[in-house]
Amino acid sequence: MNFLKLEHIHHTYFSKASATTALSDISLEIEKGEFVSFLGPSGCGKTTLLSIIAGLIKPTEGSILLEDRTVDQTERLIGYMLQQDYLFPWKTIEENILLGLKISGLIDSTKANYAFSLLEQMGLKEYEKQYPKQLSGGMRQRVALVRTLVMEPKLLMLDEPFSALDYQTKLRLEDLVSETLKSFGKTAILVTHDIGEAIAMSDRIFLFSARPGRIHKIFTVPKELKGLTPFQARNHESYAKLFQEIWKELESLEAK
Amino acid sequence: MKQNKSLELLHKDYISHLQREKRWVRFYQVVIFFVFFSGWELASNKQWIDPLIFSAPSKVCELFIDKIQDGTLLTNLGFTLSETVLGFILGTLLGTILAAILWWSPFLSKVLDPYLVILNAMPKVALGPILIVALGPNLTSIVAMGAIISIIITTIVVYTSFKEVDPNYLKVLQTFGATRFQCFKEAILPASFPTIISTLKVNVGLSWVGVIVGEFLVSSKGLGYMIIYGFQVFNFTLVLLSLLVIAVLATVMYQLVELLERKLIKSD
Repeated sequence: MNFLKLEHIHHTYFSKASATTALSDISLEIEKGEFVSFLGPSGCGKTTLLSIIAGLIKPTEGSILLEDRTVDQTERLIGYMLQQDYLFPWKTIEENILLGLKISGLIDSTKANYAFSLLEQMGLKEYEKQYPKQLSGGMRQRVALVRTLVMEPKLLMLDEPFSALDYQTKLRLEDLVSETLKSFGKTAILVTHDIGEAIAMSDRIFLFSARPGRIHKIFTVPKELKGLTPFQARNHESYAKLFQEIWKELESLEAK
Repeated sequence: MKQNKSLELLHKDYISHLQREKRWVRFYQVVIFFVFFSGWELASNKQWIDPLIFSAPSKVCELFIDKIQDGTLLTNLGFTLSETVLGFILGTLLGTILAAILWWSPFLSKVLDPYLVILNAMPKVALGPILIVALGPNLTSIVAMGAIISIIITTIVVYTSFKEVDPNYLKVLQTFGATRFQCFKEAILPASFPTIISTLKVNVGLSWVGVIVGEFLVSSKGLGYMIIYGFQVFNFTLVLLSLLVIAVLATVMYQLVELLERKLIKSD
């Protein structure tokens, strides 16, 4: 049984002037506990695909099965992390991380304590009563991760969550996220345009071509990289090899 | 150690510089105040300006004491103030509610769009006579004037700010399975508080206009009545007195809104 199964997803955006096909015939399968990346140039519909998987947009055609059932947003099986933290600036860190529980009416002391323990794990316990503005970009993204994990999603989707951070913070956060997700055994999809990040973090990489977005090629990250943290992986020799391979593939895509 | 000390000294210098500047600003503000009033008094005394029309601060002051003593100023002031505050609150509240309804139903907002433009462009005080006949020459119609003058512009401004809230906040909430009402309560409304407060500031001025015009028309009590009465009996001291009282009250109201702003918008 596949954990997540997409079958022949097509999606077209309509505007007055035109109909744009964002995604064309996307079929893929993801195993439980797997970490995959969607890599591709901008305009290849990666974010659209995430929104479709999350059930925020209905695809024009095709079906999505999560554990053999269609996705219903009200079940909240899917966590979503965005490019920026999107913490609510008028809420304290505590209110921010409890937001999901509050919205879904699931809030109780066990769940709240779980949220606080996650916050502690991220090294942010003493910031509970502060406002997002008082925290640095990396800290805020960690809070956003807590906010997502608190809901105990079965599938976690990361939409370029590190792209707005400085390089050092980004590397540190990659390690933290990778380690956290591994320890929870979460299945995750990472959207990125950073080849290195995709290799360092994932088990498999789906390379997308643009206009219309379709899966061009699937890379499997070599075993020797999977056991390493993203930071260590970046220094491994197989990393460089795979990087070159993907780079060439991307180049050939652009040449077309 | 030595460096620390010099740094401290520099900081002290900087702070005292700031204080000095602040003192000078205050000084000139007071100077302008006194120059204006003493110039007015002098010009009126020397007949450079017509004392019948422009009166003089001393005469306004005398009248002020007079009117305080016979109690008419305070009663009139009480009427006008309560009408303005009511009109102001109603205008802002109804405007915001209307904006929320428009946000709720994009279809309705498309339908109503041209009507909002027309209503906004129309001078609302022109509705005065109709209101007074419809609601009677009393407090209700004056409050209605105070509210109606600010309601449409509040709707338009607040609705625009509702629409401009970053859709990614809504996306976050939707992944938590939030309903449209929850999205409004948790993201749209709090994100728009700064805009709502700044429309409050505009509405302070607008409500005074509405209420004073309303009182012109009803002409039975209030500061607007004092102005129109003073005009009819050619007592411009009375007109100027009412005007000064209105200026003071409007400023106080504005300051209160600013206080509310600091209380409400914590994140800044």
